[in-house]
Amino acid sequence: MSSTPPSLFDRLIRLPPFLWLAAFFLLPFAIVLKISLSEPATAIPPYLPVLDWRGGLDGWSSFLEALNLDNYATLYADPFYRDAALGSLGYAALASLILVAVGTPLAYALARARSRWQPMLVALVVVPFWTSFLIRVYAWIAILKPEGLLNLVLMHLGLTAKPLHLLNTDAAVMIGLVYAYLPFMVLPLYAVMNRLDPTLRDAAADLGASPTRVFWSVTLPLSLPGIVAGATLCFIPMVGEFIIPDLLGSSETLMLGRVLWSEFFSNRDWPLASAVAVLILAIVIVPVVLFRDSLQAGEGR
Amino acid sequence: MSGPPPRLILDGLTKSFGTHRAVDAVTLELQPGEFFCLLGPSGCGKSTLLRLIAGFERPTFGAIRLGDQDLTGLPPHRRPVNMMFQSYALFPHMSVAKNIGYGLEGIGRAATAERVADLLRLVRLDGFGARRPDTLSGGQRQRVALARALARQPKLLLLDEPLGALDRGLREETQGELRAVQRRLGTAFVVVTHDPEEAMMLADRIGVMEAGRLVQIGPPTELYRRPANRYVAGLLGDVNLIPGQLGSDEAGEVRTVATAHGSVRGIVAPLLAAGAAVVVAVRPEDLVLGDAGLPVTVTETTFLGDHLRRTLRLPDGSTLRASGRPTDTDLQPGSETRAGFAPEAAAILPA
Repeated sequence: MSSTPPSLFDRLIRLPPFLWLAAFFLLPFAIVLKISLSEPATAIPPYLPVLDWRGGLDGWSSFLEALNLDNYATLYADPFYRDAALGSLGYAALASLILVAVGTPLAYALARARSRWQPMLVALVVVPFWTSFLIRVYAWIAILKPEGLLNLVLMHLGLTAKPLHLLNTDAAVMIGLVYAYLPFMVLPLYAVMNRLDPTLRDAAADLGASPTRVFWSVTLPLSLPGIVAGATLCFIPMVGEFIIPDLLGSSETLMLGRVLWSEFFSNRDWPLASAVAVLILAIVIVPVVLFRDSLQAGEGR
Repeated sequence: MSGPPPRLILDGLTKSFGTHRAVDAVTLELQPGEFFCLLGPSGCGKSTLLRLIAGFERPTFGAIRLGDQDLTGLPPHRRPVNMMFQSYALFPHMSVAKNIGYGLEGIGRAATAERVADLLRLVRLDGFGARRPDTLSGGQRQRVALARALARQPKLLLLDEPLGALDRGLREETQGELRAVQRRLGTAFVVVTHDPEEAMMLADRIGVMEAGRLVQIGPPTELYRRPANRYVAGLLGDVNLIPGQLGSDEAGEVRTVATAHGSVRGIVAPLLAAGAAVVVAVRPEDLVLGDAGLPVTVTETTFLGDHLRRTLRLPDGSTLRASGRPTDTDLQPGSETRAGFAPEAAAILPA
C-alpha cells in the first residue's frame, strides 16, 4: 500500500457520496426527527411547531421548547405499537430464516452449474425485477385467492375439496416476503459460493467426506459471510415492509410499515408516523452494525 | 491393514475432453512402496492422470486397480488413496489439528487426537495444532497438507507439484524430508512435477509424459543416459543432438551413424532400421575435446564456477555445447580441435 497523502483530486472525488448522503438521507432524516418531536395539529402541514426562521434566536428557543417526546412515550406505552414492532421483527426474522433455507441451495446450485450456464441462470434470478414490484404482489393475490390458481390446482388434484383460505393470512405474507426478497438473498450468497476454491471440496472428498459432509463442513461454513450479507440485506427492508402485508396480509397482520402508513394517511398524525419511522430506523441499525462488525472480523482473520 | 501393500495398475487409461485426449492410453504398474514421479511440462496431462487416480475425473476408457480392488467407478471419498494438492487446499476455517484430523471421522475423539499428535510429530510441527493455516509459513502449510494426506494411512499417496509453491532453498530441504517420510512409511508415492531435477532427486522411477502419453518409464539414470526419444533427452537436461543416418554395418547395440562431419558411434534405440534418419544425443559433459571425433572450432568459453561451458562450432555452422573441468583453460576461443565421445555415452534416437 502506498502511503502518499491523498491529493486534492482524491479528496474531491470522495466528496459526492458524502454530499449525496447529506442531501438525501441526513437532511430528510433531520426533518422526520423534528416532526416526530412535534405535536399534531389540525393545520397544513398537520403539526406544530414549525421553526420560524425569521424569529432569529428567539425562534430557535421557542422551537426547542416546543419539542417533546410525547410521541415516543405513546409508542412505548401503547401495546399496539409494541406489538407492531415485535410483529415486524418476527415476520422479518422468520422470513429471513426461510430465505436462508431456500436461498442457500439455490445459490449453491447456481454456483455449481456449468460455467457457461451461470450468467443465464443468474439473469433468471434477476428477471422478476423487470416487472413492477406492485404487479408481482398483485399476481400473488391472483394465485392465492379462493378461486385462484393455487386452489384450482389443489382441487383439481383432489388434495382439497373446498378452496383453502390462503389470501390475507400470515402464510400469504410470508410467501410474499420470501418471493420478493429471494434475489437479495441469492445474489450475495452466489457471489461468495462462486468464489470458493473448488479444490477445497476436492480435498474434503479425497479425505473420505461424503458429498453431504463436504457441504456441511466445508462449503457452508465458508459461505457464511454470504449468508450473513444476504440475510441482512433482506431483513432490513422487510422490517419496514408495507405493500406485502397490506395486500397479502389480514387486518390483523401488524407490521410497522402498515402502522406508519395508517398514522400518516388515515389518522393524519404526522408526528406519530415520524416517530414510527425513527423507530424502524433504530431497529434496523442493530443488524447493520452487527453485519459491519462481522465483516471486519472476517477481514481481520 | 495386513498383507503385502497392493500395487497400483493403470490399464489403457484414457481421458478425453471433447476431441482433446488429455490422457492417452496410459498403462503403468507401480511397485509397492515405490516413489514414482510423473514428469512433463504443463498441459502434458500429468495432473489429469493424478486426478483420474484420485477419482476427481472419470476415465473415458481404461481401468484403475489397486491390488485386486477395481477403483475405476469409485467416487473419491471411497478410494483408499489420498492426495496432496498443489495449493495445499487447507481448510481456512479450521485449525491445523482439525485439518489433519478431518479424514479421521469415526475413530473416536481420543484416537483422533493421538493420531493427529503423531502426524504433527512426523512433519515436525508439534505444538502447531491450534494454529490457523493462514498464520503458517509456506513450508509449514506444505507439511500440514502432507500430514493431512497421510492421516488415513492411504495405500497410495498422490502429490501434485508438492514443492511447487516453495522457494528454492526450502525446496531442496523439503525434497529430502519428503523422501525420508516416504521411506519411513513405505507408502507408495506418485508425485507430479515439471522439474526434472526434482524428479531425478526424488524418484525411484520416472514416467515422462508428452501430450497425454507416457513416453518412457525408468529409473532416473536410465532416462538420462538412454532417453527413448529427443523429447525425453531434452527434458532431463542439456543435450547435443547431431543429425545423421543410421549405418547398416552391424546388428549389435552399438551402431555407426554417418553425420555431415564424419561418422560417430552410439547406442541405438529399439526399432530403428538401417538407413533411418536419426539424431545422436550426447550430453555436454560427455563430449571429450582432443584428437578424435568431429572437427570443431571453440567459439566461446564461459566460466560457471563448478564447470566450464564451451560453445563449439561444427563446419556447417551448427553448434555443440561441451562442459569441462573449470581448470581446463588451454582451449581458448578460436582454437581448432576435435569433439569425441564414448559410444556408451551417445544415444541414437529417431530424428
